[in-house]
Amino acid sequence: MAHAVQDPPSETSLADPPIQLLDPAGNLGTDCRLPLDPATVDLPALYRDMTLVRRLDTEAIALQRQGELGLWPSLRGQEAAQVGAAYALYDRDMVFPTYREHGVAWCRGLDPVSLLGLFRGTTLGGWDPYEHHFNLYTLVIGAQTLHAVGYAMGLYRDGSTGSGDPERDTAVLAFLGDGALSEGETNEAFIWAAAQNLPVVFFCQNNQWAISAPYSVQSRIPAAQRAAGYGFPGIRVDGNDVLACLAATRQALDRARTGGGPTLIEAVTYRVNAHTTADDATRYRAAEETEDWTARDPLERLRAHLQSTGAVTDEYFTDLEARERDLAEQLRADCRALADPDASSPFEHTYARMPADLRQQLRQHMEFVPTGPQDGERT
Amino acid sequence: MTVSMVKALNDGLRQALSDDPHVLLMGEDIGRLGGVFRVTDGLRKEFGDLRVVDTPLGEAGIVGAAIGLAMRGYRPVCEIQFDGFVYPAVNQIITQLAKLRHRSAGRISLPVVIRIPYGGGIGSIEHHSESPETYFAHTAGLKVVTCATPNDAFHMIRQAVAEDDPVVFLEPKRHYWTKGEVDPASALPLEQAVVRRAGTDVTLIAYGPTVPVALEAADVAAEEGRSVEVVDLRSLSPWDVTTVRASVHRTGRAVVVHEAAFSHGFGAEVAARLQDEEFHFLEAPVVRVTGYDTPYPPSRLESDWLPGVDRVLNAIDRSLSY
Repeated sequence: MAHAVQDPPSETSLADPPIQLLDPAGNLGTDCRLPLDPATVDLPALYRDMTLVRRLDTEAIALQRQGELGLWPSLRGQEAAQVGAAYALYDRDMVFPTYREHGVAWCRGLDPVSLLGLFRGTTLGGWDPYEHHFNLYTLVIGAQTLHAVGYAMGLYRDGSTGSGDPERDTAVLAFLGDGALSEGETNEAFIWAAAQNLPVVFFCQNNQWAISAPYSVQSRIPAAQRAAGYGFPGIRVDGNDVLACLAATRQALDRARTGGGPTLIEAVTYRVNAHTTADDATRYRAAEETEDWTARDPLERLRAHLQSTGAVTDEYFTDLEARERDLAEQLRADCRALADPDASSPFEHTYARMPADLRQQLRQHMEFVPTGPQDGERT
Repeated sequence: MTVSMVKALNDGLRQALSDDPHVLLMGEDIGRLGGVFRVTDGLRKEFGDLRVVDTPLGEAGIVGAAIGLAMRGYRPVCEIQFDGFVYPAVNQIITQLAKLRHRSAGRISLPVVIRIPYGGGIGSIEHHSESPETYFAHTAGLKVVTCATPNDAFHMIRQAVAEDDPVVFLEPKRHYWTKGEVDPASALPLEQAVVRRAGTDVTLIAYGPTVPVALEAADVAAEEGRSVEVVDLRSLSPWDVTTVRASVHRTGRAVVVHEAAFSHGFGAEVAARLQDEEFHFLEAPVVRVTGYDTPYPPSRLESDWLPGVDRVLNAIDRSLSY
């Protein structure tokens, strides 16, 4: 017999407020759990990157509406979580993203146009994961957490963690969403990371919604609280506060690099737009909720701080607006210029060496692709 | 040197670990215990617990972590304890392991081997006797191979480790303890099928656990004056159509023998290819002798359920009746 199911408690009643260093009005405070020396942070650069990433997102949505992209998962509202976390990385640290980490990709130095190919349908990947130490996007929820664990096992075996050499010690940063917490593979990743004390930081952007399912469908406790059950620290920060996200990730990555093992960071944030451009968020959430979160906008509070402290001049904002326009122009032009892949490309790199049967299928296929490069043309 | 298949695999893995410091073994109970079938016996003592890793109990974790290790330059050899326990790892194998080379346009190479003791005939319980080969053979980006002799086991496991593509390595567990000669100098290419016994009347096509069944059937058939050729496929993906085709040119008849279920099984692939490409050489339809389209039965029934010598002989008769 089925037992009565009650609605679980709402997310906000689950725990104390997340740790915050920069409040929505732009006031910078302190918290002993996250010591941060503001002198170590380039606040204008943070604001610049958050702004440009938001513009990238806005332009990508527009490109989707114009039929240039098949789909786009918007990151709006999560700029602070992503840019803050990314600023804590060393170049040699490895990142394992989901499919929404456009802000992290931007900070890792990827050409932003390369992010569009996957969603335009010109590629299944789009960049070299080793060039910027930023793995390909992972569409299967939670699968990347295990890849991060394996990579961290490799770092340990290489002697590249806990070596005592700050030039050598390396860590892994794996991104996941609140929905991924419910996947078995994520739980396996937490278990492995804990048992082997691996140099991996799990950065959960709890944006409150897994498509139409609110966080309460996934959990009755805050995500960060789960870490204790696996045996490593969990920390819950305001995900719209770029400084709290930076400080928490820096602390966790430092601990990981020096042999202190994994951490789970829960950045409490909000997905302002629908899950993707194919989703209709009005079917499952109230406009008031979105308005309430929009008022906690991560860019606005840093802008308020920069302006009130006089850290930047008006010229800074004028220049930034010009850079935004340039970026938008570049994205529009380069997106449309993304070439369709060669008709033969699905056959290539399926194996290290193409098997004879597949070569035969390629030949047969190319006979029906008159516009593609002819067999023998490719080197 | 005459050894069991378990010993041959053990020797092959030892050699692989010695040859390349980036090779490591990982799986449940493979370290201290040496694996439930003892394939990794003694290797942890010899190479240490960083090279022979007892993992947490989680098959998705084994394959998922192997992907990350391979991205860091290692060559992991994963053990899945039993065929029926590979399914929790299938997501990682199919959506990640098989596709990352292609998705990255060749920048990510995943030289990962997934060893799976497979097939029935050992009187075991549920989930311990399954034949999942076609799930993997149907997936682009994976190689799927299976050994039938200690000599192949010794060579093929090392070749699989040396491959730059992911390899699903199926070990026919009912032949783990069968002994055979290992010749360190006699390796065939990993993807090549081999004619185990020459004949002129009909070709039996088998792999892994059914190779000895086919050979026994060929012996019995010979007593009845029938000359049966036996081809051991060895590799299912890619598979060596050339060797099979040449054999069918000689005999004009083909019978495929496997333990996996009849419908959508590997035999259907062989039959379809032969009728498509060798129709004019065939003197009879390609006949399949397989498991049935049922769950694997309780072990008290398995000796009847599995394709045995009588069913193979019957299939040979059917083929020759045309």
